[in-house]
Amino acid sequence: MTTPTPVAPVSNGFVIELEQFSGPLDLLLHLIHEDELDITDLPIAKIADQFLAVINDLGLNEAADYLEMAARLLRIKAQMLLPRRLGDDEWEDPRAELVRRLLEYQQIRELVEWLGQAAARRAEQLGRGFRPEPPAAPPAPLVIELNDLLAAAERVIALIPEPVLHRVVPRPLDVEGASARLQALLAERAEFGWLDVVGARPTIVDVLSVFIALLELAKRGSLSVHQAGAFTPMQIRRESPREAV
Amino acid sequence: MSPLAKLFEAALFASSRPLTVEELRTLEPTAGEAAVHAALAELRDAFAAADHGVELVEIAQGWQFLTRREYAEAIERAQFALRPRRLSPAALETLAIIAYRQPVGRLEVDEIRGVDSGAVIDKLTERGLVEVVTRGEGLGRPLLYGTTPQFLEILGLKDLDELPRLEELSVALRPPAPAEPE
Repeated sequence: MTTPTPVAPVSNGFVIELEQFSGPLDLLLHLIHEDELDITDLPIAKIADQFLAVINDLGLNEAADYLEMAARLLRIKAQMLLPRRLGDDEWEDPRAELVRRLLEYQQIRELVEWLGQAAARRAEQLGRGFRPEPPAAPPAPLVIELNDLLAAAERVIALIPEPVLHRVVPRPLDVEGASARLQALLAERAEFGWLDVVGARPTIVDVLSVFIALLELAKRGSLSVHQAGAFTPMQIRRESPREAV
Repeated sequence: MSPLAKLFEAALFASSRPLTVEELRTLEPTAGEAAVHAALAELRDAFAAADHGVELVEIAQGWQFLTRREYAEAIERAQFALRPRRLSPAALETLAIIAYRQPVGRLEVDEIRGVDSGAVIDKLTERGLVEVVTRGEGLGRPLLYGTTPQFLEILGLKDLDELPRLEELSVALRPPAPAEPE
């Protein structure tokens, strides 16, 4: 049995980020290419050890897809160790399925390179105007239970550090100020979230001021408000003011 | 130029997407298919011969005026037009599988990629690059996906036949290319 030969990516000067591999097959191919191994006659013990070492180093050992591959490699490694009789025609190479998948995946990677180049070449030519993204499917009609609504209101109120319900708040709503803040943000960014406007610890006056300013600006058409679903954070998008009809 | 070529020039100028031969024929229903093709060739050659900044390109089963490549950088610098967002490797992998196996279900894509591809397929559907084309036979009649004309458009392909044939790929293991993406 071979002793594990852990690879140390850092000492190889080869730093990997999670995004660099699109999946366990990609990582496996990378290891195979790096050691210039024969894909059809994989030294399974070696590759299994390397794979384990790398996912451990990358902290990928909690990602299900990588773990599944690790388990598969270990199983193949164990099957390769089983004694087999000489001239046994029945023997099926336990690596066969993995090799088939790797070859298939390698083909896909080649196509990816081709597609990427085709897309890059196409991007050098521009058509007339720019096509807006195709419209997304309309959101499902909003169905809210009263209790959900109350719970949502409670969540908003809970964001406010100290409920000052027992005191009369001398400050009137500052809609103008909130409106100015929104417009400054709109000038800066095409899209931002509700929390960017109200900040992390808003008072109830802040929340109400911003909300009223938001509605006012939306009515004027300078922005639009989107929500992916009930109770998800609002997204505010810049809109060009509507032309008069 | 012939009247038909000029008519097509106007329509193609007005359109922000490729127009198919069938769409162009609706402009002049009496024109035969040969005449339509001849007029398109005439128009393309006229723009090429007169040395313009745009050219007529056959793309996505249709025709479209596109800016010439040499101006891409200048236009981008001046930010007149938005460049399409680049596709991630995961998106390209999924597109490649769907393009070659269509109609294909999520499970098969997951299996070939070795990772769950549901979210990627949803994104590609949202961008209009793939769509549900039919339902499979198996358990639960799974949705089967195929590529759209927009897929051809972002790759600058006339049709799916322009994709490389699988036999043309070098399946044999090669040393990693020197220009690996960082």
